[in-house]
Amino acid sequence: MSTNTTPQHGDPAVRPGIEGFLQVKDLRVHFPTDDGVVKSVDGLSFNLERGETLGIVGESGSGKSVTSLSIMGLHPPGTAMISGQVVLNGDSLVGASPEHIRKLRGKNMAMIFQDPLSAMHPYYTVGHQIIEAYRIHNHVSKQVARKHAIDMLDRVGIPQPNQRVDDYPHQFSGGMRQRAMIAMALSCDPELLIADEPTTALDVTVQAQILDLIRDLQQEFNSAVIIITHDLGVVAELADDILVMYAGRSVEYATAHEIFTAPQHPYTWGLLGSMPRLDREPTERLKPIQGTPPSLINVPSGCPFHPRCTYAELNGGASETDRPEFVEISPRHFLACHLSEQDRQRVWDNDIKPTL
Amino acid sequence: MLTYIIRRLIAAVVLLVVVSAVVFSIFFLVPRIGGATPDDLASRYVGKSAGAEQIHQTAVKLGFTDPIYAQYGRFAKGIVVGQDYNYGPAVEHCPAPCLGYSFITQNPVLPDLLDRLPVTLSLAAGASVLWLVGGVATGVVSALKRGSLLDRSSMGVALAGVSLPIFFTGLLSLSIFSYGLGWTAPGGANPMDATNPLDWAYTMILPWITLAFLFAASYARLTRAGMLETMNEDYIRTARAKGLRERDVVIRHGLRAALTPILTIFGLDLGLLLGGAILTETTFSLPGLGQYAVQAITNNDLPKVLGVTLLGAVFIIMANLVVDLLYAVVDPRVRTQ
Amino acid sequence: MMQTRMMAVASGAVLALGMTACSGGNTTSTANNPGGSTTVQNAAVSKVYKPSTTKGGTLRFGLAGDFDSIDPGDTYYAYSWNFLRNYARTLVVFKSAPGAQGTKLVPDLAKTLGVPTDGAKTWTYKLRDGLKFEDGTPITSTDIKYGVARQLDKDTFPNGPTYFNDFLKDVPTGYSVYKDKNLADLKSIDTPDAKTIVFHLKTAFSGFDYFAQLPATAPVPVAKDTGTKYKEHVVSSGPYMFDTVQVGKKYTLKRNPNYDPKTDPDSGRLALPNNISVELGLNAADVDNRLIAGDLDVDVQGSGVQAAAQGKILNNPALKAKTDSAVSSRTWFSVLNPDVPPLNNIDCRKAVLLAADKTGYQRAYGGATGGDIATSLMPPVVPGHRAIDLYEAKAKPQGDVTAAKAELVKCGQPNGFATNISYRAERPKEKATAESLQQSLAKVGIQLTIKPYPQGDYFKLYAGKPDFTKTNKLGIMVYGWAADWPDGFGFLSQIVDSRTIRPAGNTNLGIKIPAVDAAIDKALATTDATARNAIWGNIDQMVMENAAVLPGVWSKGLLFRPDNLTNVFVNNGFSEYDYTALGTSKK
Repeated sequence: MSTNTTPQHGDPAVRPGIEGFLQVKDLRVHFPTDDGVVKSVDGLSFNLERGETLGIVGESGSGKSVTSLSIMGLHPPGTAMISGQVVLNGDSLVGASPEHIRKLRGKNMAMIFQDPLSAMHPYYTVGHQIIEAYRIHNHVSKQVARKHAIDMLDRVGIPQPNQRVDDYPHQFSGGMRQRAMIAMALSCDPELLIADEPTTALDVTVQAQILDLIRDLQQEFNSAVIIITHDLGVVAELADDILVMYAGRSVEYATAHEIFTAPQHPYTWGLLGSMPRLDREPTERLKPIQGTPPSLINVPSGCPFHPRCTYAELNGGASETDRPEFVEISPRHFLACHLSEQDRQRVWDNDIKPTL
Repeated sequence: MLTYIIRRLIAAVVLLVVVSAVVFSIFFLVPRIGGATPDDLASRYVGKSAGAEQIHQTAVKLGFTDPIYAQYGRFAKGIVVGQDYNYGPAVEHCPAPCLGYSFITQNPVLPDLLDRLPVTLSLAAGASVLWLVGGVATGVVSALKRGSLLDRSSMGVALAGVSLPIFFTGLLSLSIFSYGLGWTAPGGANPMDATNPLDWAYTMILPWITLAFLFAASYARLTRAGMLETMNEDYIRTARAKGLRERDVVIRHGLRAALTPILTIFGLDLGLLLGGAILTETTFSLPGLGQYAVQAITNNDLPKVLGVTLLGAVFIIMANLVVDLLYAVVDPRVRTQ
Repeated sequence: MMQTRMMAVASGAVLALGMTACSGGNTTSTANNPGGSTTVQNAAVSKVYKPSTTKGGTLRFGLAGDFDSIDPGDTYYAYSWNFLRNYARTLVVFKSAPGAQGTKLVPDLAKTLGVPTDGAKTWTYKLRDGLKFEDGTPITSTDIKYGVARQLDKDTFPNGPTYFNDFLKDVPTGYSVYKDKNLADLKSIDTPDAKTIVFHLKTAFSGFDYFAQLPATAPVPVAKDTGTKYKEHVVSSGPYMFDTVQVGKKYTLKRNPNYDPKTDPDSGRLALPNNISVELGLNAADVDNRLIAGDLDVDVQGSGVQAAAQGKILNNPALKAKTDSAVSSRTWFSVLNPDVPPLNNIDCRKAVLLAADKTGYQRAYGGATGGDIATSLMPPVVPGHRAIDLYEAKAKPQGDVTAAKAELVKCGQPNGFATNISYRAERPKEKATAESLQQSLAKVGIQLTIKPYPQGDYFKLYAGKPDFTKTNKLGIMVYGWAADWPDGFGFLSQIVDSRTIRPAGNTNLGIKIPAVDAAIDKALATTDATARNAIWGNIDQMVMENAAVLPGVWSKGLLFRPDNLTNVFVNNGFSEYDYTALGTSKK
């Protein structure tokens, strides 16, 4: 229950005068393995209110999913070393008993997953699974729960819900299936919804529908939503704030508007630049970020992005040795980068902006 | 669904015909390749000092002097229409399906089979429940506590169960528990002589446990492997994300999925066992179909061999069919095909 | 890692087996039991162990396998003939007494032994008074005639012996009581009145009383005869009758209320137990375990414990004290085939006899426990047996290489020769015999190639088929023979009479000595038992002089007697415990 109201250097978890509904402070999730310690999340901080959407963006292996699983407490006990703070509505989750967190799961915080076909049990009907989700936290009869399940299916826009409630997951199309999973996740009116790559497995046309649905439901339930994705187009639609992760660390955190109009981190530039655009010449090549994602066991020293950063040499060796701190460079815009203000501005104006 | 079942049943009948024809051929062809004449064959079913005349008469009576297809035709006709048998003072009619008369005892085969079936059923029923419950439970626990001492030791015991032959474990358990300690019934006790279910269970408990030990082992390993696989599936993570108690996650979501291949194999094993748990029955002297089969084969008694083989084939075919149908019940994804 | 685990389990199991062996019987070897019998080895051989007249209890028999039939007209096993005396009485019977007394025939249904007339071609028996079936109907000579007549039909009753078919005069071809329902039409047997029965034979046969003890002469009531189904309820003429019959599984017998012991003064039957049970289809190793644990009283098979149990028993003095070595009328021997050169030459055959290692032969059958080294063909238990040892089997049991080589020179094969030796593949003891002979004969240059054949067809297709043996050069054929009853005819006739040799299915594998055939005929006509038995002894001598067979072992069975058996003795008529004498102390 953090009541510290003075803004601290590099601590976006606190905003003056406001207590965060979900506060994540310096979250570290390390996995000891035979090959070494995998530092999946290595110092992550953010803040989220009800009714707001946070988009967490990054490549595969940047630690996005691990973050959400850690919040939900879904790592098997004994596999992960979690440190830092995660406070949900005043309830501290790191270090709490597994039983305590289990009671919150589904009820106060819910999650929807990337592939609804594998994420739903193939042997039980959709209705059964929603009823099950509901009855864990609500002691009602099966009939009442069933009615609720039909309601939920209706709310997520599935036609003929009283028939579809008895269908199996494989009998739904991809989009409908994801809606059903959303219905299951929201069946207990959770305050926090985490959507882990909710549209990645879907057709583009269906993507938009699902994203609309999530926004509508958020407004209806006033839930806090975290969207995890590697697709900037998705967060452009939905997110209020965007957190960019790299190698388990937050590298940039700002409002969505800022990220798209005035991004500051070379990695973010790379992400924006690698988005295919219809309003460009088709002969122009896609511009991927050079290099490959780093190993999370042997994270590069200093700034983890430095091996791939075109501008690392501008920092006089700091990028290789010093880990950049995550600081607030302008109101509600946080950054971890060694580039000086001037260098950044120059590069942005000359090299990056014209190409986007 | 109905057409599917009908098609399978027709295929089953064809298969039974093939099985019977194969058994028939083996019985007759193999000695013929060794140069045996009908009289040579008949000499197996007469007394020690039978003369050539008597042997020849027996050959005629048992039909060996007829061509093979005629003999097979008689057998097939017996199944469809029935057979007449001269037992001395009179002729009796063996109603369809008549599986013929034993060359040795001259008794009709089908009543023998029906008489022995309950013993084999008793053995299969009890043992199968024990091994399914025991094996699956052990497998689940082993999978959840993978790598622990419990896991390693139960898998070790499972290895012993699979490797030790039942005539060894059976005779040993009889020695220790029946004759040494007097806790269980001696070999040769007929469970169908029991007057109440408790007696019945007392007769069978040792064969049940010994046979179950053999199977439980492989089921434990199967379950363990299956559980390790299913517990890694995404829907397990979803179940936990819903806030489900771990126990329910394991059983309702994990085990439920892992059980499908196990139920399939269980059905097949049960079908096989109903054809006669030969080793268990001979070790414990249980008067079931397996013991019957061994005696029939040792005595070269073709009608008995045919009868037991066909009955066993029927069980296996039925088990296969039930298992296939059950699959659709258990796994909804199969139904839409 | 796995192996050490397995070793631990295995040795644990062996330990457990050993421990149960020790715990299985707790009498010391010198305990004094009621009746004054000490529990000691062979206490029941030639004497009665724990003599008793106490009635009561259930005597529990067990059999690994099944009877060929319990219908007295359709059975050939010695143990079956031993056992059926409980529910069937015959004209005459082997006396229920220990030692040589058990090989004597005494009258059972008949008042006296048979009276021969017409040069032993006709035999007459008179029946006792007061004989009844289990339902109270009187037993008449017609019932006995019917019993013999029905089993002449070998179509319906294929298993039994064919002595009556072979010897009765004027039996119509294909005769069956089911086709010709008028019993009077069978003239071979007369029943002038209800108490007299007369048999007419084709040729003289002095030993007809031995036929009269066959189960075939057990009376069968015509009205109750159901052909092949009769075995489902055999009508009893003996002290016990069938209570429940589950064919192939279990029989139980209870006392026959209509059996009057006063009509049975000679046989020695005591009928001690109140009930008898017989379990069938048991596991052979389990039978032995149950005997040792006292859970079963008698192994019906009567040929002794299995090899596994034998080891356990002989190494445990307490258990060893409960065994009896029953000498049987069975010889294990090998036939030297005169149709396969150079064994057509008698000297070559003698070489084999001299060179063979007799102790090796004995070892193949389990050493001294399995039997005594045979010096001639006929076993000692058969009346008329003489000590015949023409090839120094006793003096030089390991063989005499020098003498053998001398014989080889005489027969023109100084460096030995090669031939094949056949045996029944499923019999490990016969395999061991073949291997032992291979070794010992090799010392004189006789090279044997071992040829196993399936035992089911051994006589029909292989060793018992002269054409086959000639083509495949089976010079030596490992074999064995037990008498149908302990008498020269019962033992010798089917294995040395050359006139029984036929194209296939032979029991005489190749002995063709005309003097022997003539002697057999003479014996059949000699009604004086002593003189007759002497002729059998002579035949044995002639066979050995002809070097026709290599005798191996006079077989013995190691019988085990559990603690609650009373009145136990080996009956030499069957070489098994006497199944009509046994009682049980267990209530």
